[in-house]
Amino acid sequence: MRLLIVGYLLIVGGTTASLYQEKTKEESIVAGEEIYQDFCLQCHLTTGAGVSGVFPPLKDSDYLMNNIDKSIAGIKFGLKGEIVVNDEIYDGVMAKQGLDDEEIADVMNYILNQWGNSYDAQITTQQVSEVQKSVLD
Amino acid sequence: MKIYSYYSVILFFTLYLSCAQDNPPFIESPNEINYSYETVIDGIDIPWGLAFISENDFLVTEISGTLYRVVNRTKTSVEGLPEVYVRGQGGLLDVALHPDYTNNNTIFMTISANTEGDDEGGNTALYSAILDGNSLKDVKLLYKATPNTKKGQHWGSRIVFDREGYLYFGIGDRGNRDVNPQDISRDGGKIYRLNLDGSIPKDNPFVGKENAKEAVFSYGHRNPQGMVTHPKTGEIWEHEHGPKGGDEINIIKPGINYGWPTITYGINYSGTPITDKTSMPNMAQPYYYWFPSIGPSGMAFSSSGVYPDWTDNLFAGSLKFEYLERLVIENNKVVKREKVLDKIGRVRNVVEGPDGYLYLGVEGKGILKIVHNK
Repeated sequence: MRLLIVGYLLIVGGTTASLYQEKTKEESIVAGEEIYQDFCLQCHLTTGAGVSGVFPPLKDSDYLMNNIDKSIAGIKFGLKGEIVVNDEIYDGVMAKQGLDDEEIADVMNYILNQWGNSYDAQITTQQVSEVQKSVLD
Repeated sequence: MKIYSYYSVILFFTLYLSCAQDNPPFIESPNEINYSYETVIDGIDIPWGLAFISENDFLVTEISGTLYRVVNRTKTSVEGLPEVYVRGQGGLLDVALHPDYTNNNTIFMTISANTEGDDEGGNTALYSAILDGNSLKDVKLLYKATPNTKKGQHWGSRIVFDREGYLYFGIGDRGNRDVNPQDISRDGGKIYRLNLDGSIPKDNPFVGKENAKEAVFSYGHRNPQGMVTHPKTGEIWEHEHGPKGGDEINIIKPGINYGWPTITYGINYSGTPITDKTSMPNMAQPYYYWFPSIGPSGMAFSSSGVYPDWTDNLFAGSLKFEYLERLVIENNKVVKREKVLDKIGRVRNVVEGPDGYLYLGVEGKGILKIVHNK
């Protein structure tokens, strides 16, 4: 009987763990590519280069690489007002895209490691869930 | 003089080469501009839809889910909106007044919605409601596209009415171009025609066809973002976003297939082809197509004569190049295209107001009115 209970707990515990397990960084990047193509590409383009003065670049972008939490918040809550990216001023509106925290983590991992960009750490769902709108203030 | 003409030749060839694929007429920048703008209301991030009750009283949708009523240049949020499913390009989309609004206070809205209470995404819905001061009452769901999807793209949508009193609205292909637009048994990639109570007119083109969505009026559309009833002919004019290249202007006729994605003048964002065909039998050619894409949004004719040199011209906002485009039409052809208010910002909407002036919805700015230079 005890064995049964232990077995049951192992199975339930294992299933729960695997359900909530974070993707590997590589898996997250693959999932992020699909999100990027659906939600980001029309403005930031397949090259990640954006459009000078209108849509900021994600490739070689000092704003993105140096402001991880602000970038997450921008996707999570929407972004408006002036930002400076690679010495150029952008004063547009990026609408909130309605992505969940896991999707935001995935697309962040994609853009941080695409087009020659490289970022060692993995953005996790947990990290995204903790980012508050106030980081944009 | 010789040097001058030499440079002219170089200039000519540079222009010629850079426009090699572009579809004429090429966009022009006017030398002299007689018009500027004034801000009617600011603080609306993405002003998507605009409907005038009177010159000093109008409704504006903000895509993330706020309906504003602006009275004498002061805005108030309208209460009682149905739930908006904010995802990608979706949200609170267009708003339009019932043709008999003065008597029934009824408005129509297109909204990205999940009305099923599931976790499967959303699709475009058409609602009617009674506007009572600053709140909505008697909210009714008139049409809901299915199935829901988590795709972020191509929800449409604009709402217009023809002279016989039918309502037209569009839904984009919902990011599923190979499945939706060419199949009349599925929603998406369609223009719909309904009676004003939401019922389906008996003479809709696919009524009685097996499995057909009988609300469908035309199909093969990618993402309609501009629609207007021609002030003289009463025809329904529409424009839609192509992919990279191939934005189209179409005149909407019953039962017609406008071709997406079987025929298009556009290519994938990545640069790879979608199809090698730009025409097919039984598929309508666009009235005009933009190459390169301007990202057209909002559509209006200037019929009032308030701007004498613009009378009967067509206007469309450019999201991509951030100007208002003026198109001159002669003998059923676009013969001239011109930038109005260049670098104004992403122009989401253009509407001819009851005072005959053109009003723009510009992202990050709000609602602007085009006025004569002082």
